[in-house]
Amino acid sequence: MFRTHYRIERKSVVLAVAIMIVASIGGLIEIAPLFTINETVEADPDMRVYTPLELAGRNIYMREGCYACHSQMIRTLQDEVERYGPYSLAVESQYDHPMLWGSKRTGPDLARVGGKYSDHWHAAHLTNPRDVVPESIMPRYAFLRETLLRTAHLPDDLRALRRAGVPYTREMIAHAAADAGAQASPGDDTAGLIERYGEATQVRAFDGDEGKVTEMDALVAYLQILGKLSSAAQAPQPAHIARK
Amino acid sequence: MVSGLTVGERQRGAVILVVLAIIGLVMAAAGAERDDPIQTHGFVILLFSFGVLCLLLKDFDAPEPPADRLESYYDDPIKAGIVLSMTWAVFGMAIGDWVAWLLAFPDMTFDASWASFGRLRPVHTTGVIFGFGGNALIATSFHVMQRTSRARMPDQFSAWFVLIGYNLFCILAVSGYLIGITQSKEYAEPEWYADIWLVIVWVVYLLLYLRTLARRKEPHIYVANWYYLAFILVVAILHVVNNLAVPTSLAAAKSYSLFSGVQDAMTQWWYGHNAVAFFLTAGFLGMLYYYLPKRAERPIYSYRLSIVGFWGITFFYMWVGSHHLHYTALPDWVQTLGMTFSLMLLVPSWIAAGNALATLNGAWHRVRDDATLRFMMMAAVFYGLSTFEGSFMAIRPVNALSHYTDWTIAHVHAGVLGWDALVTFGAFYALVPWLWKRERMYSPALVEVHFWLAMAGVLIYVFAMWNSGIIQGLMWRTYNDSGTLTYSFLDSMIAMHPYYIARAIGGLLFLIGVLVGCYNIWMTIRHPAQRTAPAGDTPLPLPAAPLPANPQPAE
Repeated sequence: MFRTHYRIERKSVVLAVAIMIVASIGGLIEIAPLFTINETVEADPDMRVYTPLELAGRNIYMREGCYACHSQMIRTLQDEVERYGPYSLAVESQYDHPMLWGSKRTGPDLARVGGKYSDHWHAAHLTNPRDVVPESIMPRYAFLRETLLRTAHLPDDLRALRRAGVPYTREMIAHAAADAGAQASPGDDTAGLIERYGEATQVRAFDGDEGKVTEMDALVAYLQILGKLSSAAQAPQPAHIARK
Repeated sequence: MVSGLTVGERQRGAVILVVLAIIGLVMAAAGAERDDPIQTHGFVILLFSFGVLCLLLKDFDAPEPPADRLESYYDDPIKAGIVLSMTWAVFGMAIGDWVAWLLAFPDMTFDASWASFGRLRPVHTTGVIFGFGGNALIATSFHVMQRTSRARMPDQFSAWFVLIGYNLFCILAVSGYLIGITQSKEYAEPEWYADIWLVIVWVVYLLLYLRTLARRKEPHIYVANWYYLAFILVVAILHVVNNLAVPTSLAAAKSYSLFSGVQDAMTQWWYGHNAVAFFLTAGFLGMLYYYLPKRAERPIYSYRLSIVGFWGITFFYMWVGSHHLHYTALPDWVQTLGMTFSLMLLVPSWIAAGNALATLNGAWHRVRDDATLRFMMMAAVFYGLSTFEGSFMAIRPVNALSHYTDWTIAHVHAGVLGWDALVTFGAFYALVPWLWKRERMYSPALVEVHFWLAMAGVLIYVFAMWNSGIIQGLMWRTYNDSGTLTYSFLDSMIAMHPYYIARAIGGLLFLIGVLVGCYNIWMTIRHPAQRTAPAGDTPLPLPAAPLPANPQPAE
């Protein structure tokens, strides 16, 4: 073995090729089957996609680096299920490009935060977290309230996601900009939006101001949909929760 | 430095900078049309190219460099790399300490979007890992590949292209986060165009390395080069696969990851953990395997252990990324594989650390007297400790407690401050007098001061985060007698406050140590050369001269 190596280490290209082969094996065996084994992601025919407004909110969530402090992945541990709700399933993030499972809980998990607090609470909390939770160490995001949401190029976002595998239809792409505005403007015509994204679509002035569509609208709309795209996790879960 | 380039190389540089400036201009124009943040990056590229072009044009008309330059190594880009690396260290660590204070006093964000923790945190991680660490790796690899091959690099242009191009990537990354450009993939935040640019830089880097090795006058490739090669090759594979994405438009910064959900999670942590493995471990092991034996004036303890350690690390590491996803929606079989390989990984890791420490046998009096060697010795110790901790944390029930808590932060900083930064400072303190042809560092006493500041800083930091992490983990899972959870999440957060302050103080001490190091390096450079041939550095052999001693493994 060492004699073979004695020869390999005299040839730089052989050494380089050997490194690439040896290093590729682990990834190939662990990642490739995740795309081919069907059980990896549960089937949920009722799984819905993000509306353009929620998608814009998700992009703000990423832009501000919220994922650095908030996870979106409830593990199969008893205390997590009791604290945050049913453990997360793979199907719930199947349209998440990229996933935002996170790696650190400086703040609490948000996988099921949708519907847990009112829009008003979220808007106040994002404006100044310490107004609502005095001990909070979250940054203030008051500027979201003042910043108008840019919707003009949302069709490009939906189109890119469609290329990556999210089932956005042609109609959804064509109406993306208008649908984003409509979802935060309950006074407007929202029939098309509901038809495209379903009855459960939440149409409200999320930031409490009907007059304009802001980044606050988008982010709150996104937070309020977390954990609600699929009801698969609400079904009775198999009892393999690890107990301490 | 420009006058050392041939006229042809200067012209090639000017052409590339002009092309780059045009690309920047096009990006700025296209971005302005859409009112997309990519326009800011267009201007950044334009300004960057213009600035470098100004430096180039200053000495553009200098005469051709003398032909006898080919009889020595080409060290100018290494010197620049060291200065850049220390600059990024100060920047990245200062931001790191600032965000550490933000966690204790959250209202110091001036109500500005760019100043929030979420945007500054990747500035810190990128500044330290890629700015400080990456420049240190590039600079030392240029030194090691030439010395162990006893060959001058094949041209003078490639090294500058790699160094300057890489720093452009770092600047695009860091400036992007501040204005909201991010892929949100941890440790791979830069968007698609910056990623493509890095691929170009990286290919030139690999070719430069292989071309230098091809010119070597030693029959064998020294073990440090295996590690540097693995670093370059595997980081290329990881970078390309993890960053596959669909841009929304060629005139927009935003792209969407090609993979989603569970597959994306596995890919990201396959990348994430192997950025640790091949950027923060393999590359720095290359550094350790050259500078530690050189400074100790001892050969590597065992050639065979080097081989087993190297291939063990190269093979096992690539399996362990899934230990970041224990108890998640990732299938159990992948989690189990990740845990198993994480435990096996301890064997080659400790072989590599033990081989380095055993090399010091017979030189321990030097470790006592020479803070430079002590930096490298402590780095090997921290490497051993944090690889043990890593394997331990990858065990599923341990991970149930440690994951999502500050324990992870303690572990990462034991690795990056204790291992990567210490070995880098040790290597720099050995390298600076060699490169600038000084007898020794300006002040050995200040090296000593830096050593103890670094030691105090990293220990305070790590102990604070261990405490806070374990307390967090325990509070989250504590039940009271009636069978309900005892603590709210907020209770656990309030309990962290004193530890966050202690951590910020530890980080500040470490940062002050780096500033002391910068001053010492600066004064060493400014002081006039005392001797022309510094002791220690391996000279380039003259055609007829016998080969002097080089650090080759024993046996």
